[in-house]
Amino acid sequence: MNAYSFSVAGIGVVLLQILFVVAGAPLLVGLMRQIRARLEGRVGPGVGQPWRDLRKLLSKEAIRPHGTSWIFIGAPLVLLSSTLVIVAVCPFISTVSPLDGVADLFAVVSLLLLGTVALALAGLDTGTAFGGMGASRGVTVAALAEPTILLAGFALSTRVGSSNLADIVEGTLRVPTQIFSPVSLLAAVALAVVILAETGRLPVDNPSTHLELTMIHEAMALEYAGRDLAVVELASALRLTLLLGLLANLFVPWGIATEATPVAILAASAVFAIKVTALGAVLAAGEVFMAKLRLFRVPELLAGSFLFGVLAVSASFFLA
Amino acid sequence: MSTTTYTLALNLICGAFLLVAVLMLLRRDLAAIVRLLTIQGVLLAALAALLGAREGSLELYAVALGVLLLKAVVLPIVLRRTLRDSSEARETKPLVNVTASMLAATLLTLLAYALSRPLVALAPSPATEAVPIGLAVVFLGFFALVSRRRALSQVVGFLLMDNGISATAFLVAGGVPVIVELGVSLDLLLIVLVLQILAARLQVTFGHTDLDELRELRD
Repeated sequence: MNAYSFSVAGIGVVLLQILFVVAGAPLLVGLMRQIRARLEGRVGPGVGQPWRDLRKLLSKEAIRPHGTSWIFIGAPLVLLSSTLVIVAVCPFISTVSPLDGVADLFAVVSLLLLGTVALALAGLDTGTAFGGMGASRGVTVAALAEPTILLAGFALSTRVGSSNLADIVEGTLRVPTQIFSPVSLLAAVALAVVILAETGRLPVDNPSTHLELTMIHEAMALEYAGRDLAVVELASALRLTLLLGLLANLFVPWGIATEATPVAILAASAVFAIKVTALGAVLAAGEVFMAKLRLFRVPELLAGSFLFGVLAVSASFFLA
Repeated sequence: MSTTTYTLALNLICGAFLLVAVLMLLRRDLAAIVRLLTIQGVLLAALAALLGAREGSLELYAVALGVLLLKAVVLPIVLRRTLRDSSEARETKPLVNVTASMLAATLLTLLAYALSRPLVALAPSPATEAVPIGLAVVFLGFFALVSRRRALSQVVGFLLMDNGISATAFLVAGGVPVIVELGVSLDLLLIVLVLQILAARLQVTFGHTDLDELRELRD
């Protein structure tokens, strides 16, 4: 692995992965909105709309509320850069990458949390009622959701004896039957619920509303405008894509490139796009049939997913 | 059947068995809980049939058929009738809220694992290694029994506990003799029928089936 790891090809794979995910993330969001619109009997704005929005926002001046500090200015950058680091290190297209050593489960979760905390601080920094409300809700959800991601990942990592994401993916590729073990099933359920909470989808948060009583993510980003808003929007699209990508590759890793030939990389990119698109389509179609959970019921759901995580870990011991 | 397929199927059935038990604690909708109980009955029968196929024992197949009939057909029908006659469709006020009961379920599962380690060490095999799951379901059933208020949810807790005991028996001893299984099943059926009548009387007297009402004396 190390022979070519630091070669030009290795760096090329990482750059390709970043470009691919960044270009694809807004399209995924657009596709999910379009699917929802069609299922609800609307025409929909088209798949490219998030990109058009981003272009418009990027050309506009960032207006910052009076009295906000450097935290408010820095938060979108921290959010986007921490997300980009995760996008670079995760095994989405290839399991061999020069950044393999840092693709650690705990590092990825802490980077995710870093972005969440940055946005929550920015919400508090504005000093508005909605910002504070959104921040407190966002942190509540994150505090319940992040341990579950760790547990689900831990359950998967016990059988390969490593918390390195690429090792976990390769381990699943080597022994495909373990996908059908209770450990995988429980961990998949736990992770799926947490991804809904982390990315602010129904039934935890409604991504398409600014209803003040219920919003979580939108409330934190309410005061952003122009360039800053574009950065926040892009980062949340990226987080959705990377979490769906992680879910896909941890549980259905087939198609990922295990060597660095151009053909394998291109094929793996296509397979990855198909997997994430399929997951996104299922999520969007499912959301049409779901109502948002009352905020006080959200901890119930997250405690349930935490329990699934614990069960996955304990099952990895007693159903070895 | 090869050993790997057997282990895989056994683990899958046991995992799903535990998952269904946890979902029963998570849901409040009584109709959904009865549906989950039906699924668990099917899983228990599948477990018996799998062990029967492993050991080539005709007796276990008969037990599996009996379990399927009782736990996946008869009992759900009785429970659904009770549900239809009562006015409540939801477990509205459990004594322990759902979030706390999820955490309690976590602890109970770990406790089951800790308690069953000496048992597993006696004769390690794929079946005995799944014993913690049977024990965990017993604990979860007992927890549902003490923490729910509605008569129907308490019956469900009781049945959950019984499912756990049966699963543990299958996993530890490779099943019980048909005559014992028959006795237990008839007992169970009778208990559920009596409880159904009791719930119906509660419904008529109080207009709901909150068992806490039975603690107070009335004229």
